[in-house]
Amino acid sequence: MQREVTVASASGLHARPAAIFVRAAMAAAPVAVTISRPGGRPLNAASALSVLSLGVEQGTTVVLAADGDGAEAALDRLAALLETDLDAEPADG
Amino acid sequence: MGERATVLVGVALSGVGVSPGSAGGPVYRKGDPPRLPAPVPVTDAAAERGRAHDALDAVAAELTARARECPPGHQRDIVDALALIAADPLLADGVDDAVAAGHDAPHAVDAAFAQQREMLESLGGMLAERAADLGDLRDRAVAWLLGVPMPGVPRPGVPYVLVARDLAPVDTAALDPHQVRALVTDEGGPTSHTAILATALGIPAVVACRGVLDVADGTLVVVDGDSGRVDVGVDEAAVADVMAAAQRRAARLAESRGPGMTADGHRVALYLNIGSAADADAVARVDAEGVGLFRTEFLFLDRTTAPTVDEQRESYAAVFAACGGRPVVVRTLDAGADKPLPFLGPDTSPNPALGVRGLRIDRLQPEILDVQLDAMTRAAASTGADVRVMAPMVATAAEAGAFAARVRGHGLPVAGVMVEIPAAALQAERIFAAGVDFVSIGTNDLSQYTMAADRQAGSLADLLDAWQPALLRLVGMCGDAGRAAGKPVGVCGEAAADPLLAPVLVGLGVTSLSMSAVSVAAVREALAAVTLDECRVLAAAALAAASPADAREAVRAAL
Repeated sequence: MQREVTVASASGLHARPAAIFVRAAMAAAPVAVTISRPGGRPLNAASALSVLSLGVEQGTTVVLAADGDGAEAALDRLAALLETDLDAEPADG
Repeated sequence: MGERATVLVGVALSGVGVSPGSAGGPVYRKGDPPRLPAPVPVTDAAAERGRAHDALDAVAAELTARARECPPGHQRDIVDALALIAADPLLADGVDDAVAAGHDAPHAVDAAFAQQREMLESLGGMLAERAADLGDLRDRAVAWLLGVPMPGVPRPGVPYVLVARDLAPVDTAALDPHQVRALVTDEGGPTSHTAILATALGIPAVVACRGVLDVADGTLVVVDGDSGRVDVGVDEAAVADVMAAAQRRAARLAESRGPGMTADGHRVALYLNIGSAADADAVARVDAEGVGLFRTEFLFLDRTTAPTVDEQRESYAAVFAACGGRPVVVRTLDAGADKPLPFLGPDTSPNPALGVRGLRIDRLQPEILDVQLDAMTRAAASTGADVRVMAPMVATAAEAGAFAARVRGHGLPVAGVMVEIPAAALQAERIFAAGVDFVSIGTNDLSQYTMAADRQAGSLADLLDAWQPALLRLVGMCGDAGRAAGKPVGVCGEAAADPLLAPVLVGLGVTSLSMSAVSVAAVREALAAVTLDECRVLAAAALAAASPADAREAVRAAL
């Protein structure tokens, strides 16, 4: 299954928002989540280098995909994260 | 580095003092990037893979631990992102492929990083900059495998003097001022990132100190951040003396209050350089007379579009309010060159330092300045603050006059310009005549442009020294023009924070000095020790000297 999401963070998927997203994707294990631009090659969402290489800016649409047990919950969580402006969130203590 | 280091005793090394004060203690060196040994044939591929993975895990764990020690904010985010990249499955996959192709663990790690580095570099832009981070991570993983010291700031567990070839931003920001008593680097210049950071933390620092890497770990040294002298192989008593004196000095300076003035009562306003409302809190703490340089760049960093009027007004108002009625000199956006901003688009000019930066951006995008001035006007009105505005990178009197008119057109009464380009210093009289109310000399850029020497070029550090007689002459021309026009001449570069240079600048006609909070007390104390006439004598002595070293010596001798 997959979700199309528009990235809300001001800096896109770079810097802190990218780190927060990748950690969340790592935490989804054993569910393997991929991220891609629409029609593009799916990349491992738990790989910081892969996520950075997409060069995602604010307002870019990306596709998240996963299969198997827990896939739906993981996708919901990650999609919600991308739809939040993580640059506007205060840094955690 | 370890094998060629020798214990030097009774030797004095010399560099450029960039952060004042003296301190002593044992030397501990930051590890150099490790070199790969000759390849070893692999007999147990699984074990080799395991070692390589352990190295990546160790690097990630070390950085994660370091991130936790950073206060929340930009610095922690950087270290945290590095930890995440070290743990990237693409690197682990690359290592597996390389081991399968017959490489030993260190070479496999090297190959995996090289592959990812190439990928990022091929994507260009911001991602190409991340490639340097991969180089740093590779060095750490290889060092772990070879059993040599991790590149990065050492942690001997006792207060020490940190010695390095040069320091990367990731190292300098992780420094603990309670553990690191002084910094000495073999490379780096007086306006380098290291120098600026050391000054801000209040740690004595000497840069461009050749030979310091040959001092073995544990050797006791005494570092003089004023003169640039490093005494190697001193005894415990010498270190204890210096530390006791440093403590007395710190206690005395902590008590320092009141306006800046010479011994005979000639006022020299002491201001702070700040970049945010948080920095502005220091104005009252160190009893500075206001803000001499409020950098507005922070609002524009990591932005793909310019911040709105309201957003800017709120940020400016927060700073104005934090200054509690003391004057604030705001510098309009100083982007370009070493401070590229995404929303301005990529700078593809071959020589950005000489390109469209500072006020020159106004030629292409005038709305940026208008929005800034509009926001400043509203913030000034809502807080009742004494706001003065200045433009960076002004070259001609015509630019200065046009800027002053723009500022007044928006309803702000006081307009000035920065003097960073030699042309502006040479034409200071005309710049005042064009209608500006004050000038502020940015000595870092003025050095760079006067000496045609890149601020980042460590091997040119001697040229960038603020004591260069040519630079002091340009400062003197501004001072003369200011005196003739009856208008203020400030200095807001690193030079303003040098207690030995402060009286010289005043003697050259400078009327205010703007610096980081930690430097105010020492500069106040230095000025209080001399009369205005003595300042003029010191200025003449510095101008007459043939070199920065001679100038320092002449001023010390005359004091």
